[in-house]
Amino acid sequence: MVHTSLDVVDEKISAMGKALVDQRELYLGLLYPTEDYKVYGYVTNSKVKFVMVVDSSNTALRDNEIRSMFRKLHNSYTDVMCNPFYNPGDRIQSRAFDSTVTSMMIQVC
Amino acid sequence: MEGLTLSDAEQKYYSDLFSYCDIESTKKVAANGRVLELFRAAQLPNDVVLQIMELCGATRLGYFGRSQFYIALKLVAVAQSGFPLRVESINTVKDLPLPRFVASKNEQESRHAASYSSDSENQGSYSGVIPPPPGRGQVKKGSVSHDPVQPRTSADQQEPASPVVSPQQSPPTSPHTWRKHNRHPSGGNSERPLTGPGPFWSPFGEAQSGSSAGDAVWSGHSPPPPQENWVSFADTPPTSTLLTMHPASVQDQTTVRTVASATTANEIRRQSSSYDDPWKITDEQRQYYVNQFKTIQPDLNGFIPGSAAKEFFTKSKLPILELSHIWELSDFDKDGALTLDEFCAAFHLVVARKNGYDLPEKLPESLMPKLIDLEDSADVGDQPGEVGYSGSPAEAPPSKSPSMPSLNQTWPELNQSSEDTAIVHPVPIRMTPSKIHMQEMELKRTSSDHTNPTSPLLVKTSDLSEESKINSSVKFASGNTVADGYSSSDSFTSDPEQLGNNVTHQRSHSGTSPDNTAPPPPPPRPQPSHSRSSSLDMNRTFAVTTGQQQAGVVAHPPAVPPRPQPSQAPGPVVHRPVDADGLITHTSTSPQQIPEQPNFADFSQFEVFAASNVNEEQEDEAEKHAEVLPVEKASDPASSLRVAKTDSKIEEKTAASAPANVSKGTTPLAPPPKPVRRRLKSEDELRPEVDEHTQKTGVLAAVLASQPSIPRSVGKDKKAIQASIRRNKETNTVLARLNSELQQQLKDVLEERISLEVQLEQLRPFSHL
Repeated sequence: MVHTSLDVVDEKISAMGKALVDQRELYLGLLYPTEDYKVYGYVTNSKVKFVMVVDSSNTALRDNEIRSMFRKLHNSYTDVMCNPFYNPGDRIQSRAFDSTVTSMMIQVC
Repeated sequence: MEGLTLSDAEQKYYSDLFSYCDIESTKKVAANGRVLELFRAAQLPNDVVLQIMELCGATRLGYFGRSQFYIALKLVAVAQSGFPLRVESINTVKDLPLPRFVASKNEQESRHAASYSSDSENQGSYSGVIPPPPGRGQVKKGSVSHDPVQPRTSADQQEPASPVVSPQQSPPTSPHTWRKHNRHPSGGNSERPLTGPGPFWSPFGEAQSGSSAGDAVWSGHSPPPPQENWVSFADTPPTSTLLTMHPASVQDQTTVRTVASATTANEIRRQSSSYDDPWKITDEQRQYYVNQFKTIQPDLNGFIPGSAAKEFFTKSKLPILELSHIWELSDFDKDGALTLDEFCAAFHLVVARKNGYDLPEKLPESLMPKLIDLEDSADVGDQPGEVGYSGSPAEAPPSKSPSMPSLNQTWPELNQSSEDTAIVHPVPIRMTPSKIHMQEMELKRTSSDHTNPTSPLLVKTSDLSEESKINSSVKFASGNTVADGYSSSDSFTSDPEQLGNNVTHQRSHSGTSPDNTAPPPPPPRPQPSHSRSSSLDMNRTFAVTTGQQQAGVVAHPPAVPPRPQPSQAPGPVVHRPVDADGLITHTSTSPQQIPEQPNFADFSQFEVFAASNVNEEQEDEAEKHAEVLPVEKASDPASSLRVAKTDSKIEEKTAASAPANVSKGTTPLAPPPKPVRRRLKSEDELRPEVDEHTQKTGVLAAVLASQPSIPRSVGKDKKAIQASIRRNKETNTVLARLNSELQQQLKDVLEERISLEVQLEQLRPFSHL
C-alpha cells in the first residue's frame, strides 16, 4: 500500500517539471482517496519523501492540519539530519524525533 | 557500647550496608557521608536520625565504626517500626524487621526532576552529590572508580528499597554535614582520616584535590558532574550556609538542628539545586574542554563543524547511538556545528556517560549554551524560582563564580542579549557602513551570490581600495559584492562573542532560505548618499595613496633635474608603473593626446582638468593637477612630454634658487602649472613669474602634496559614479528584461503542468476500472 503510494508520489514528482522551491509544492496532497485510507505525500527539497497514511474514518483531519504535521515532521527530520552521527538511510533513532512524531499522532487520534 | 545481637539476616544485611558505606575499604569505619545518606534514605525524621547517631555513639566517636554502624542500623529498624529509640531497644526489641532504606529515584532524569521539587525529593537529589566523591576518592586511590561502589549498591539492593544506587545517594544530610561542620569548623580539604568532623570533609577535600589533578585525561575522568558541584557544595555550603545560619559558632546539635531545619532546608534546596546539579561543569573541566575545543577550532568564537566533532567524540568509543543522542542534546541551535558552549556540554555529557551516568532526556540547565532563549530552558528542570541558580550563565563566562547571585543576574542579561542578537543579526550584517558601498553595488546588480567569499572588496587595505577604485566601475557589474557583504559582515559579526550565534543564524539562514536576497537590497537603497560618500572615501583614500605616490614620484624627478636629463627620465619612468595603473584611470580623461607642443599639451590637459573638476582651490587643484600632469606625462608613452617637462623643470630649476630638495621637487611642480597657466596667457611671462612664484609655490606645493587628491578625487568620483550609474542602469534593464522573460516562461510551464494534470486525472479513473 505504501509502495503504491510511493509510485504515485513519483508520478507527481515527475509531473512537475520545474524546480520545487515553494514549500507548497512539497505537499502533494491527497494521493489516494480510496480503499479506506488516505495517503498524503510530502517531498523535501532533497527528494526525501514523507508519506502519511491516515485512516479514512478519521474525518477530523483537515488539509491544513496535515500540512502543519508535515511541516513539523520536516523540521524534526532536519534536526535529526543535523546530527553528524546520523547516517542518511539509517533508521532514525532520535528520541526527540520519536517524541515529536508520537505527540503528533496522539494529537490527531 | 551495648552489646548487639543480630540475627543472621540482619548480620548479613548490616554487613552489606556497612561495606557499602565503607568506601575506603577499611573494614572498620563507614564513611559518614554514606551513612548519613543511608539514614536519610530510611525516611526517618531528621531528629530521629540524629538521635540514632547519638545513640550509636558515632557522634561521640566522630566516626562510624562497624559496631556503631550496626547499632545505628538497628536503631533505624527500631525507629521504622515505630518503637521509641532507646539504647536498650536495640536488643530488647525482637523480631525487628530489617531497616528499610528507600531508594530514591534511580534515574538521573528523575533525580534532576526531583532535585527541583519537594524536599523529600531533594534528599534524593542530594544523593547525586555524594556518590561521586567517594567514587573520586577511589579513583584517586587508583582503585576502580565506581566499581566498588556499584557492587555494593547491587548488594544493597537485596532490599527492594535499597537506598544506595551510586548516583542516588542523598547528600543526606547535607544538613547534618553542615551542622557537623559547623560544630567542628575544621572542614576543608583535610585528609581522609575518618575521625572527627573532618571525615565529612575528607571525601570532599579529596575530590577537590582530585579534581585538580586528574581531570585532564579521558580515562582519568571521574564523574565530574557530581564531583564538582559536590566540591562547590562543599565549599559554599559551609561558607554561605553556615555563615547565614550559625556564624561559626559551636552549638548544640539540637540547637543547630532547630535553627537550621527551616532555613537549611531552603538553603539546601537552593544550593543543592545549584551545586547538587550533577551536570555542572567545574572550572577545571571547563578549561580542559576549552583547550580541547581549541585543538579543533582555534577561534573560540567559532564553530566546530559536525564532522570534526563526530571524529572527536567517536574517539571516546561511545556507541554511535549514544553519541547521536548527545549530539541532539548539545547542539542546541540545531545548526550542525558546535559552539564552545555546545561543545563543552557535549564533552561533559560524554564524560558523564563514560562514567556510567545515563544521558538525560533533555539537556540539563547547567549545560545549556548561553545566548539561547531562556524561556525554553526554563522548562527543563521544572524549577519554579530556582531556575536562575543553576542556569547556564554560570557556565558561560568561566570567570563568573558559580554562585547564585551572578547566575540570577546573567539570566535576564542573556535573555536580552539573546533577543538582541536575534533581532540584531539580520541588521548589522546588512547595514555595516563600510559595506554599504558594496551593498549598493549589489543592489544595482539585483543579483545575489551569497556564497562567493572570494572577492577582496573589504576596505581594509590600500591595495583593495586602490583596486576598488580602479575597478569600481568594473565591480559594479561583478557579483562579488554580496559575498563581500556577507563575508565581511561575517568577519565583523563574528568578532563579538555574543554575535557568534548571529553568525550561526546567518549561516543557517543563508543556507536554508532564499530570502537573503530580499534583505540586502533594501538597506543600501536608503543610503545612496552614504554609498557615494563611501565611494568617495575609497576614492579619496585611493587617490591619497596614489596622490602621495604621485607626490613622491613627482618629487623624484624634480630632485633630479640638476642631474643630466636621461637619468631623470628613467627615474620617473621607474615610478610610473607603480601608479600608472591607478593613474591611468584617474587620468583617463587627462592624458589627452599630447600635442606636438608639450607646453600646449600641458595647457590642454590642464584645461581639461580645470574644466571638469569642481574646485574650491583652483590653484591648488591646478598645482595638483600639475603634479599629476608631470606624472601622467611621464607615463605617457611620448617621451617628448617628459623631455619637455624636464625641460621646464630644468628651467625652473635653473631659474629658481636653491631651496631644499623637497621644495625643489615641488617647486618645479608648482611652477609648471603656473607656467602652464601663464602660458595660456602669455608664454613670456611664465619664466619670470615662475621665478617669483617658486617660493610661493614651493609652499603651496608642499601643501598640495599633502592634499593631492581631493579635488581630483571629486572629479574622478563624479565620473566614476556617473559611469557606474550608467552601467547599473544597463544591468537593471537587462535584468528586468530577463525577469519578464522568465515570468513568461513560468506561466507557460504552469499552463503545461495544469494541462498535464488534467490529463492525468482523466486517465487515472480509467486505470482503476
